[in-house]
Amino acid sequence: MARTQSADLDRKKFFADPIMVTTIAVLIAFLTLFILYPLAILLVDSFVTDQGPTLSVFRRVMGMSNFRRAITNTLKVGFLVGIASALIGLLFAYVEVYVRLRTKFMGGLFKVVSMLPVVSPPFVLSLSMIMLFGKSGIITRYLLHIYDNSVYGFWGIAIVQTLTFFPVCYMMMKGLLKNIDPSLEEAARDMGASRWKVFMTVTLPLVLPGLGNAFLVTFIESIADFANPMIIGGSYDTLATTIYLQITGAYDKEGASAMAVVLLCITLFMFILQKYWLEAKSTATLSGKASRARMLIEDKSVTRPLSILCSLLALFVILMYICVPFGALFRTWGYDFHLTTKWFVQVFKRYKGLKAFKDSFILSLIASPITALLSMIISYLVVKRKFKAKGFIEAVSMLAMAVPGTVLGIGYIRGFSAGVFRTGFLQGLYGTGAILIIVFIVRSLPTGTRSGISALRQIDKSIEESAYDMGADSFRVFMTVTLPLIKDSFLSGLVTAFVRSITAISAIILLVTPQYLLITVQINEFAEKGAYGIACAFATILIAITYSAVLLMNLVIRYFGTSRNYQES
Amino acid sequence: MAKEKKGVRLEHISKIYQDPKTKKDFYAVKDTSLDIEPGSFVTLLGPSGCGKTTTLRMIAGFESPDEGEIYLGGEPINALTPNKRDTAMVFQSYALLPHYNIFDNVAYGLKLRKLDKAEIKEKVTNILKLVGLEGMEARMTNQLSGGQQQRVALARALVLEPGVLLFDEPLSNLDAKLRVSMRTEIRRIQQEAGITAVYVTHDQSEAMAISDKIIIMEKGVVAQMGTPQEIYYHPTSEFVADFIGEANFLRGKMVSRNGSEGVADVNGSKVELSGLTGPQKAGDDCTLVLRPEAAVVADEGQLPCKVILSCFMGSYQNYHVMVGDTQVKVTDFNPKNKKIYEVGDEAFVKFDPESVHVL
Repeated sequence: MARTQSADLDRKKFFADPIMVTTIAVLIAFLTLFILYPLAILLVDSFVTDQGPTLSVFRRVMGMSNFRRAITNTLKVGFLVGIASALIGLLFAYVEVYVRLRTKFMGGLFKVVSMLPVVSPPFVLSLSMIMLFGKSGIITRYLLHIYDNSVYGFWGIAIVQTLTFFPVCYMMMKGLLKNIDPSLEEAARDMGASRWKVFMTVTLPLVLPGLGNAFLVTFIESIADFANPMIIGGSYDTLATTIYLQITGAYDKEGASAMAVVLLCITLFMFILQKYWLEAKSTATLSGKASRARMLIEDKSVTRPLSILCSLLALFVILMYICVPFGALFRTWGYDFHLTTKWFVQVFKRYKGLKAFKDSFILSLIASPITALLSMIISYLVVKRKFKAKGFIEAVSMLAMAVPGTVLGIGYIRGFSAGVFRTGFLQGLYGTGAILIIVFIVRSLPTGTRSGISALRQIDKSIEESAYDMGADSFRVFMTVTLPLIKDSFLSGLVTAFVRSITAISAIILLVTPQYLLITVQINEFAEKGAYGIACAFATILIAITYSAVLLMNLVIRYFGTSRNYQES
Repeated sequence: MAKEKKGVRLEHISKIYQDPKTKKDFYAVKDTSLDIEPGSFVTLLGPSGCGKTTTLRMIAGFESPDEGEIYLGGEPINALTPNKRDTAMVFQSYALLPHYNIFDNVAYGLKLRKLDKAEIKEKVTNILKLVGLEGMEARMTNQLSGGQQQRVALARALVLEPGVLLFDEPLSNLDAKLRVSMRTEIRRIQQEAGITAVYVTHDQSEAMAISDKIIIMEKGVVAQMGTPQEIYYHPTSEFVADFIGEANFLRGKMVSRNGSEGVADVNGSKVELSGLTGPQKAGDDCTLVLRPEAAVVADEGQLPCKVILSCFMGSYQNYHVMVGDTQVKVTDFNPKNKKIYEVGDEAFVKFDPESVHVL
């Protein structure tokens, strides 16, 4: 029994479709060149010197006490942030799904919290943390009269990262809790268990794998985070910042490469654990859809403390965001609270604000449609087509999710500054806007691909088959059937890519040349200098841009989206 | 209407799949040869997993055969992609393009063939009239009932005037009544269009109502081919007899055989048989296939029995009786003025000698 003839025929059919073959070839080339190659060159760099293969670079790097400390620091922060975010996320999700919220106000709070991580640049909270609790922080200095409070360091990073990442856990846990069939808990209640007992013996065990999943996702985000430790870390260095300093401060490219390899190994390990072990497990027990609406908890002794706790946390997060535009409007933060527009004026007059916004905006605007289209093409190929290189394409585009920006940045420096494999090939790319656009694309590709894949899985396979059967080739099928059917996913991918690009910093900061001014790099620079007024003014405008982008997307989806036309009914 | 009716020929076709659990290869379709004549309506019938859909998808080009060659109108088509084959398929889930209206759905394939606008409009209008959807061109697919969606799917395939029309269980998503009226419709339209059709279903009454020829498949191989009558009255195996219609199997032994006449011993009773076609001779074991509607329960008959179930069904009286150790179903139609036997009654199963088929 051999399947040679069908394999042979499938190959013939595959090559009868030149557009698809070309697309796949281009995709493979792109993924190899801009994801695999930069990572491979890091390995080569750190293991191979002029004298041949060696471990000396690693030995040297591991000998540095500050690097060893950075490893433990990073892991400590990641661990704490992971646990705290997962638990707070669970709390929010539980309250939303299980508890009757009496006021509209609470519902609004929850919505804002789930929305914030989408629109905010990742390091905004560090700024406001310093402005609220730092030496001249409003709360510490004026409310509590503490004049020497230090927010820099472990606790600063941990709190800021937790507040930044927990909304993601909240959304993940919400999805899981909604899928629990209420009759499971009702049965336990009926058999005499108290509410607490039900939570501990039914609800919690059911979502435990999901909680672990949320923990790992946050853990990876935390150890890959560059901007927050940079701004609020002080002398508390994490891997991302140490690598950055190693290459920008000490010009030690081999050392930085080796460090990047270490960071990559940690995130990869976590990623594989998350992807192949917990992700599958977290939904396996909860495959059943809730059959009936859940009886919400109305018992005041439960609802009061829970909703007060959630409100306080949510208000705190919102306060921190509000503090950013005010930081840009006060004359001198912490000393002089007269309103002024001088920071905004300075941004544009003295610090070339317009150019910064133009550069960031245009580069992101170019990157986002390419990202959205690429991720839809990848999703289409992965979900709907059968071919040999499919596994490769899927794996590499998902791999990008586990690669911290700093690692990618170092990889690009090593991989492209002297051309591919130091041959000078593609050397012209380095230092241009094009390489920044490519970084934007690579950084946003996994998110877009993931949403595209889940959108496509909802679509009956025979719809595309029918178009194929009526005479359309792959290209036509994709353009006239697939893309229109996942228009929503495409649009949101477009905006997500735009927002992620315009707020990106970790890889970009290593690759940007003076020719381009990017908003995030500016914010980072001024925040580090302590020029919070300017940093806040930049950040405020950035938030305004990303928020309008999201609003625009929602508007477009509402009026032109797929759901309106036919998905209902 | 079709440009050219085409025949379909499968020569020793096999398709091998890998079991996802055991990782072992198995034949989904094995050494199947078919010859479907131009203009005929042929149904592939069988339980799920018998290879009927795989066979259809190989004709359409979605799957590639591992052995053998498929011919469409005399041309080998193994290496052609679905979009290059002169076939059009009607899918189980209809697979209408939800972002297009009815007109655009039907015009989709014509546009790909670069016909001019006026011609497309004319063809679409005509075909919609044929399937009874005139005036609905501007509707979106979700504004249609299941039956109407089915008609659009049919129109969309017909308008391409394909050499052969393929149906993959097209009626299985409709309710029972609509299924019956749609299958008559499909048959009418196929006859009017004069097109070759290959139809896949697991519903035997659908297959009988619609087909010129039925091909019954079992575990990847063809169990029997023939007209509905041939298959119903002269099944070649117990599987076929049981799958198409209801059947009682009575084990017995040939006592004598003389051409098409013979006598069998069933449970100690002598049963006269006529119209025999099989190879059985005196002394051979044999199985009598008796359709429930071909027998009645009576005071006298061939086989003594005991009634274990007697149930009034309106148009017939439903009996289960024991003939020795064998349970036999009998449906006695129009029971109004007949004697009704109750549970526990001793009686006989009575039938005409020629309505028994012997295996």
